[in-house]
Amino acid sequence: MTHKFFPHTPEDLKAMLARCGENTLDDFYKDVPQELLFKGDYDLPNAMSELEVRRYFEELGSYNEVMTCFAGAGCYDHYSPAVINNIIERSEFLTSYTPYQAEISQGTLQYIFEYQSMMAELTGMEVSNASMYDGATATAEAMMMAIANAKKRNTVLVSSTLNPRVVEVVKTYAHFHGVNIVMIDEKDGVTCRADFEAKVACGDVAGVIVASPNYYGILEDYTGWADLCHDNKALLIMNCVASALGVIKTPAEWGADIAVGDGQSLGLPMNFGGPYVGFLCTSKKLIRKMPGRIVGATRDVDGKRTFVLTLQAREQHIRREKATSNICSNESLMALYVTIYLALMGKQGLREVNEMGYSGAHYLAEKLVETGKFALAFPDKPFLNEFALTTSLNIDALQDMCMSMGIQAGVKIADDKLLLCVTEARSKAEIDALIENVQYFIEKEEENQ
Amino acid sequence: MNNTYYGSLIFELSREGRRGYSLPANELKQYGMDALPAQLCREQAPGLPEVDELSVVRHYTNMSNNNFGVDTGFYPLGSCTMKYNPKINEEMCNLPAFTGLHPLQDPDTVQGALEVYYELQRSLATLAGMKEFTLNPFAGAHGELTGLMVMRSYHASRGDDKRTKVIVPDSAHGTNPASAAVCGLDVVVVKSRPDGTVDVDDLRPLLDDTIAGMMMTNPNTLGIFEHSIAEIAKLVHDCGGLMYYDGANLNPMLGKVRPGDIGFDIMHINLHKTFSTPHGGGGPGSGPVGVREGLEQFLPNPRVIRHDEDDSHYYTVENGVNSLGSISGFLGNFGVMMRAYTYILTLGKENVKNVGPLATLNANYVKESLKDSFELPIGGVCKHEFVFDGLKDKSTGVTTLDVAKRLLDFGFHAPTIYFPLLFHEALMIEPTENESRETLDAFIDVMHRIAKEAHDEPEMVKTAPHNTPVSRPDDAQAALKPIVTYRELKEENV
Repeated sequence: MTHKFFPHTPEDLKAMLARCGENTLDDFYKDVPQELLFKGDYDLPNAMSELEVRRYFEELGSYNEVMTCFAGAGCYDHYSPAVINNIIERSEFLTSYTPYQAEISQGTLQYIFEYQSMMAELTGMEVSNASMYDGATATAEAMMMAIANAKKRNTVLVSSTLNPRVVEVVKTYAHFHGVNIVMIDEKDGVTCRADFEAKVACGDVAGVIVASPNYYGILEDYTGWADLCHDNKALLIMNCVASALGVIKTPAEWGADIAVGDGQSLGLPMNFGGPYVGFLCTSKKLIRKMPGRIVGATRDVDGKRTFVLTLQAREQHIRREKATSNICSNESLMALYVTIYLALMGKQGLREVNEMGYSGAHYLAEKLVETGKFALAFPDKPFLNEFALTTSLNIDALQDMCMSMGIQAGVKIADDKLLLCVTEARSKAEIDALIENVQYFIEKEEENQ
Repeated sequence: MNNTYYGSLIFELSREGRRGYSLPANELKQYGMDALPAQLCREQAPGLPEVDELSVVRHYTNMSNNNFGVDTGFYPLGSCTMKYNPKINEEMCNLPAFTGLHPLQDPDTVQGALEVYYELQRSLATLAGMKEFTLNPFAGAHGELTGLMVMRSYHASRGDDKRTKVIVPDSAHGTNPASAAVCGLDVVVVKSRPDGTVDVDDLRPLLDDTIAGMMMTNPNTLGIFEHSIAEIAKLVHDCGGLMYYDGANLNPMLGKVRPGDIGFDIMHINLHKTFSTPHGGGGPGSGPVGVREGLEQFLPNPRVIRHDEDDSHYYTVENGVNSLGSISGFLGNFGVMMRAYTYILTLGKENVKNVGPLATLNANYVKESLKDSFELPIGGVCKHEFVFDGLKDKSTGVTTLDVAKRLLDFGFHAPTIYFPLLFHEALMIEPTENESRETLDAFIDVMHRIAKEAHDEPEMVKTAPHNTPVSRPDDAQAALKPIVTYRELKEENV
């Protein structure tokens, strides 16, 4: 029984069992039918000491390879200031739970309030919730929010330029929630306006989901889209890359009703896919339709500024089977991560990050096109730090060769299309190394022919 | 915790021109962003604060001092399993060999990470008596939704589209009916007996060929083991439905009872409850979903598959054709999985067996020690938690809310209050296996003292807390006129 997680001495056990009127720990399970008790052996290793645990994970870690990353597609390798992890690990934040007792949870409540304020500034929207799981589920929740808002309408249009991983999750939720999803065609890397105009007018559309930047990194022009949505009683939902919102036209400026996306690009480690943080922002008008938790400012009985969980009547634990969302725990600690990131970077830092990504990406695109083996998949379409190239090269072989040099050369999105991303974390030397490897690969290919 | 309130918002510390970051010079600035068309750029920079590094550090450090965590003190929040979050978990989940991985890297370069995923799901399967788990769901509620999707996919695969209802006990967490509604299922409520367990006589007439399944926790929200579980499972199975196990109360079962052995087909586990990962102020959690043999084909995409070849093995990431679809962008909250797997390795097969019994001992010890001062509506042995229906002496006017607030003055977190809804003054206490007898005794002493105060000086309790960073907030005002951003707060001058 002796283990560092169990403080019970033999004397404790004896005294505590006596207080309970029992003789053994097994007596606490005498109400369980004996045939239901587990009497076997778990297929698990024996306990490891801390030294052994460290050795074990160090060995496992050696089977991974952390690479110079030129991949994006929903996860971005950004610089993360040293301050953040240090504060995140403070156990007053880390080991607390949902701030049910406001008097001893002002730390959590206040950072959520700051997070909501920052996300509202970034998206231009009036309000933000306390966070969602990730960008994909946040988009699915926005889809359900549009359906709940529309009452009788049951179709949501989704642009084909939205990240396919997000589309998959939206479709899964829609299938089980009974929502009809109709895709809007893609044309030359952007959402086809004519197809959108035709489909939005069908009379059953509750919402329209578009992306900015889109899956190919392109900044689409959504001039007039919100008006057309609203004329047809549909909400415009915009899925955004959070970091890009520091410089690109905001969902609010486009007239969107709901802004969603993943906050991972705001300095969160890539962490093999999670934890990240979804954001969902909307207008004050729609706040009571919004899923998830919201923190509001008020005063305590002594008149001191105090933060509390508010508008809980919207939430699933109150609405039960009438709920239109079931989220309760969200990604609070990752919202703190984003909050500290934005506090440190500020408006200027976020701009610099975007400038550096833009410069690096445009340099890389130009150099790869110069090899003669690549072309921009969608020429003349503006992009920020991510772009798609068309190539006649064997992408798998190219990526394998780069991988052997410790470089992740983008994400293959079609047999002839490669999606590449450059952030401020990539130095010019690293970009040049990728270019040289590609040139070397091309030379070898030509020698072989 | 300190009791000095530190109330500035980060925005109020902002001064134009200050900065809290450093970046290298842009070596490629000839490729300038000003080439972007103006109509695609935002007109004004976002209103983010401009603060120097030390001010940021001090701001959030002071804010953390206004918070209470498991590391601060006893946190008997019923149904939330606020167990100790081991520090080795944090060290492992921060290893750069894992945190630096992009989720779309070639499987060759992430074999270590995939092994963590695979081995954790395998460990959960042996602990829960299930065939296979997906670790993709992000939280308990997300796991419930995923599990119900598995249930619906199973019925759909048999061409049975009549099953549109799911049975949920009246004592269930609000999340159960909410998850069912989001999953497109209608909720049918089954009543509880006076002892809090499911009323089997009330269940029988509900069962027909429109029932997709039933959701249950066991022990239930009162901490009572559902001793009729075998009969309930048989009834539901006989009508063609599946049994769903809500893992919120799995902790007392660890080492003693496996959900898969007592009739459940699908379940979720909250890694942030039973497997010691930190609650983080409300996430990130992780809600793995396990299924019995025959249902694994419906689990969400993507899945991690192990391939054995001679004396070596290899992992791939694959999509199944019968899968319900995907419910996450990638493979779930990997960082949380690293922590949970570290916990399982640290406990080992010999110690994991003691988790449930010790959690149960601690709960019964507190219950037996306090039942003279607090109303215990359901006697007998409880499991990991139990519920009081307020103070025994109802004449004082002191409510459960008052008791909870007074506890804060003594350095304890409050129990869960006003849940479950079966009692008016519910006070739900869950101590977890990590708490020492001395800690429990200190809590018991304070609870007795509050009961005495309620009688001798009720105002002291009714106006509590007195020693916390802020006093009771005006919740009504917050809801009446919601102020949810700094921009609004400035306008309203709060």
